[in-house]
Amino acid sequence: MNVRFSRPRALAAVAVLSFGLASCGVNAIPTLEETAKARWADVENQYQRRSDLIPSLVETVKGYAKQEKDVLVSVTEARAKATSIHVDANDLTDPAKVKQLQDAQNALSGALGRLLAVSENYPDLKSNQNFLALQSQLEGTENRIAVARRDYIAAVQAYNIELRTFPGVIWASTVYHSNKPMAEFTASDSAQTAPVVKF
Amino acid sequence: MRALRYAVLAVALLLTLVVARAVVYPPLSGRVVDGANVLSAPTRAELTTKLADLEDKSSIQLVVATVASLDGQEIEPYANDLFRAWKLGEAKQNNGVLLLVAPKEHKVRIEVGYGLEGTLTDTISKLIIVNAIAPRFKTGDFNGGITRGVDDIITTLTTDQSEWAKKPDLRQQDDQAPGWLIALIAIFFIIIFIIVIRNGGGRGGPGGFLIGMASGLASGRSSGGGGFSDSGGFSGGGGSSGGGGASGGW
Repeated sequence: MNVRFSRPRALAAVAVLSFGLASCGVNAIPTLEETAKARWADVENQYQRRSDLIPSLVETVKGYAKQEKDVLVSVTEARAKATSIHVDANDLTDPAKVKQLQDAQNALSGALGRLLAVSENYPDLKSNQNFLALQSQLEGTENRIAVARRDYIAAVQAYNIELRTFPGVIWASTVYHSNKPMAEFTASDSAQTAPVVKF
Repeated sequence: MRALRYAVLAVALLLTLVVARAVVYPPLSGRVVDGANVLSAPTRAELTTKLADLEDKSSIQLVVATVASLDGQEIEPYANDLFRAWKLGEAKQNNGVLLLVAPKEHKVRIEVGYGLEGTLTDTISKLIIVNAIAPRFKTGDFNGGITRGVDDIITTLTTDQSEWAKKPDLRQQDDQAPGWLIALIAIFFIIIFIIVIRNGGGRGGPGGFLIGMASGLASGRSSGGGGFSDSGGFSGGGGSSGGGGASGGW
């Protein structure tokens, strides 16, 4: 009886222990980390979507405003530079890399803003259906970028706070020794505000 | 010392989070939430019928909201936060749409849930605002502008049903435990339960404690699952939006 009884006791102890651990937040750090990485993937997707729109936008503008060569070239160059920089989800703990990408994307936002501002001077271009469609898609994408960035920042904050506060800080210094805080975007930059487009 | 600094930093971060989200959003009191009071009673009733009809036929939740003020925010983040607060559309399909009008700021936005971005595209949303809504708002005709806007949105959403019906979920639900995990936990508890019973049921000690814990967990889970408002009326289905749609002014 005694021997038979000890087995379920041990099992019960394991069960209690594993649930106790789970409720202590041993899972919180990996969960929050994966969430932040997923939100980063959303940000990258939206940046990609924007850069996919640019070639046809440039082509359309070219058809009506060839003389605006400087602006067109600067958009194309900024796009090439922005697409050449990728930040892998595992590199998010490196603030320098994140900043590099952010700077390149900001430069592209600026160049795009100038292109759209210049387009205002060409009534034929402004009433072109293709241009209107591209413009609204670009506006929508800028907004999606803003939303994706906000979600990413919130996810990173949750993750970083978990790493630095009780009880997460215990797990961060033992089990998840190699986990480092992730880099956030700096909030107050020009990329936050989408280029203003008037119809 | 370092730990203390981090703790202070974390608290400061938390506080900024709280402050940043301090905007109070109106409750989802129905399919038409006329906070700015610009719609007439017949229009409100007519719109409510149309919107209920749309949900019956297609499960799409389209909600019209007018707000007295955007609380100093741009309309884009306001609309997105409001959409997410109201959880428009089904959780899996994310098939919600919000038509938000801010008469004071002269701003209007169509915010589209993830699942409908392929049908009610940014361009179509923009065209609806520019052609159907803004010209009527310019003359002060909010009833006409919103009605036409809603009609156009419904037409867009219902004429090409095959498109959105076959669209896969654009966003994974990563905040929910997968079904197999729940099943595994359930099996684990059943096994423990059987072992405990076999070893002479009614005994106290770890067995009783475990069963108590299991039932406690189960009841906790079910109480968190309900999402219906007690007004017996209308509530969001758990959908979300990632900023799709378009905005405009007049």
